[in-house]
Amino acid sequence: MTRTGKLLLLIPFCLPNGSLGGQGLDPALLTKPATDSWPTYAGDYSQRRYSSLAQIDAANVRHLSLAWVRRLTAGPSGGEGGVFGPPASPTITGGVAENPVTIPGSTSGSPRLSGSILQVNGILYVSSPDNAWAIDALDGHVLWHYWWKSRGGTHIGNRGMAMYGNWLYMETPDDYLVSLDAKTGTERWHKEIADFNQQYFSTTAPVVVGDHVLVGTGDDLDSPGFLQSFDPTTGDLQWKFYAVPMNKGDPGLETWASLDAARHGGAQVWMPGSYDPETHLYIFGTGNPTPAYTAMLRGPLDAHTNLYTCSVIAVNVDTGKMAWYYQTSPNDTHDWDATQPPVLVDGVFQGKPRKMVMQASRNGYFFVLDRINGEHLLTTKYSDAANWAQGVNAKGQLVRNPEKDNTVAGSLVSPDNGGATNWFPPSYDPQSGLFYVVLRELYAMYYLTNKDPRMLVGLGGSEQDVVGSLGTSIAAIDYQTGKLAWKYRFEGSGGGATGLLTTVGGLLFANDGVGSLVAFGLQGRKPPVPLWHAHIGSIENAAETYTVDGRQYVLVTAEGSVYAFYLQ
Amino acid sequence: MHARRRFPFVATAIIAFATSMCAPQSPAQVPPRTPQATQATARGNRPPDYPVRPPAPPEQVAHGEQLFRGNCSFCHGSDARGGETGPNLVRAQVVLTDQHGELITPIVQNGIPARGMPKFALSVADIAAIAAWLHSQPLSDRGAPSNLDILVGNAKQGEAYFNGAGRCTQCHSVTGDLAGIGGKYEPKTIQNLIVSGGAGIRLGRQPAGAARPKAPPPTVAVTLPSGQIVKGDLDHISAFVVALREADGTYRSFARHDSVPKVVVTNPLQWHIDMLPKWRDADIHDLTAYLSMLK
Repeated sequence: MTRTGKLLLLIPFCLPNGSLGGQGLDPALLTKPATDSWPTYAGDYSQRRYSSLAQIDAANVRHLSLAWVRRLTAGPSGGEGGVFGPPASPTITGGVAENPVTIPGSTSGSPRLSGSILQVNGILYVSSPDNAWAIDALDGHVLWHYWWKSRGGTHIGNRGMAMYGNWLYMETPDDYLVSLDAKTGTERWHKEIADFNQQYFSTTAPVVVGDHVLVGTGDDLDSPGFLQSFDPTTGDLQWKFYAVPMNKGDPGLETWASLDAARHGGAQVWMPGSYDPETHLYIFGTGNPTPAYTAMLRGPLDAHTNLYTCSVIAVNVDTGKMAWYYQTSPNDTHDWDATQPPVLVDGVFQGKPRKMVMQASRNGYFFVLDRINGEHLLTTKYSDAANWAQGVNAKGQLVRNPEKDNTVAGSLVSPDNGGATNWFPPSYDPQSGLFYVVLRELYAMYYLTNKDPRMLVGLGGSEQDVVGSLGTSIAAIDYQTGKLAWKYRFEGSGGGATGLLTTVGGLLFANDGVGSLVAFGLQGRKPPVPLWHAHIGSIENAAETYTVDGRQYVLVTAEGSVYAFYLQ
Repeated sequence: MHARRRFPFVATAIIAFATSMCAPQSPAQVPPRTPQATQATARGNRPPDYPVRPPAPPEQVAHGEQLFRGNCSFCHGSDARGGETGPNLVRAQVVLTDQHGELITPIVQNGIPARGMPKFALSVADIAAIAAWLHSQPLSDRGAPSNLDILVGNAKQGEAYFNGAGRCTQCHSVTGDLAGIGGKYEPKTIQNLIVSGGAGIRLGRQPAGAARPKAPPPTVAVTLPSGQIVKGDLDHISAFVVALREADGTYRSFARHDSVPKVVVTNPLQWHIDMLPKWRDADIHDLTAYLSMLK
């Protein structure tokens, strides 16, 4: 956009906050609500994605305009610049593969920028599978680019990086945790975090809490899920928490048909969690049980709930020990995990002050828990379409209707496999007390394709046909009652499932699914009003906001480019 | 519009006026991905995500299978996918990590007494052959073609539903638009068409046979402030713009400001959408049985 001569005059190290020494992240920032920086996955540990920045508000948002746009290229030639452009930036190469696997979006072409972007001291840190960039937040100039030569793995996405002092942390699809020097992009070390042979793949954003780098990973085969903590300086493993029973005597083993089933039971930790500094609890969701589409060998009986799959779990960050858990979907059979962001809210619930954690789960239900002890407070259905449960038990958990499992003849089920929601971040707005989430109300025919449960490994044994939809919406959930205050349905084929941001200025930023970032004016319990939009193509992540040089920016990605907006 | 180059199989708008897919997530993380069979085309020349083991010599694999049948299948099942007492070996972590029997050999030769596995006096070469056979087994049936018959419904009840409670005859006729449908499509396609009205998308394996009928697009009528009404097939709509194609193919778009101009979208598949929360699976199965008979 501003590819003009004046860019040439910019010295890459002339940063808003001055000295190179000031580039590091002050860890104290992490425990405060998101304001001038965006230092961790969700802006802050609460995952509210609510900003107290007020420069941009409902009255002036129609003057929001482009500050700059930076198109990025993945792979070995992924830097910026050249003879006729801005000064060239270096690409630093890492990775253990001698012959990297060729993957569009990783080794060449347009990257998928679905992760969060960190903004610390005026520098943006952007990541996509196998790629990372540092970008000047003032004008979009690329300072450095890092490319990881991949040995393969599922390259479905990258949720972002974490930062500790001057160091960045990124996971790679082929299961390494890489630490980079934030100033130069040079690699400090890389550590293998999961067994590639078992088809683990690592997409999530690490989260730094104190002297811990918390690292999850994913897997679509029948491998056990876990969360690990690494030393931010040395990269040494501090602890490893398995989300399924791995040995005789482990708690939860009685909820599996056998130890072998438990050890192959899934519960992947593939999304970043939240952190409560008061209790030192890191709270995260776990994935579905595996094999995903049949319970016959892992959970034939009611008692076989398959702990700790599809659960919200709190571990003490210092010890890696579980403090409590709450399972949202016992013995799931649809690959509807509970990895959606657990959002931390302090408020009054039924007249009593509570420290809560809330999740709008992939299965179409909304949960409120006490985050001190995991006490269940509320379960409600936020998807009108969801039709798979026959009821809610005394603990507030959903009870599956077996007729809505995958069947040979086919079952019409909502949500579809993608879920009522998925990875896309929700937002909680303390002004309205409402929890906003992108809601997908799709239906699919679910077919069982093999009657022999032993043949069903990982995601095998199911065929699904999406056959209709009631639409995609933003749902505003009142956590006091679990009822929807409003539901804003996107018109047409729209409904951007990439996440939300709210601000104290009464704004909600969302992807309308037909190419625009939209700023809605919030009106309390009345549906929001679209006030502003920018048509930038297929939006890839949730918008963020922060200030640089005293100005508030709104940042979002689309089609491999980063867009920064501000008030002209 | 989400049809991105790397995930074309997940991200396609499906019901013209009704929906959008979420951006691709991973499997456990995501909408299901197209199975290997079709993935190859969808992904162009992309290599598989995980390294494919180079095939072992067929005689070694055959030897390994023979040894497995004789020594191991009693507990682990004839196909190594688990038996009465022994676990599924094809997905076992040690087998996945093993390359040429080096990890399997000590287990076979020493047994695992704590778990009731005896030791076997097999040579390293024999165990390598067993390993070669194990490694030749497909890991998952994900994407494998299904041969199961989905026709469980009662065609007579399906016919009654078609002409009665289902009110299908409002729009359809078995001698008109649906004539011979049972000969054109496989039952699973017919079943999905019954629910979707033609706008569904298969996320799994594609059935053989004729391409599905193209669903009629939503139409839109835009009433301009002058009173003029512009009609056509809906191209796209947002809170800010509505775009259409007129009967002669002319593309027109209009800025929207609050309720001006007036926009009315009509989806010919609305009945199918309205039915989504109401269907009983048994009625769907019965209708499928009935329509599949119409050859």
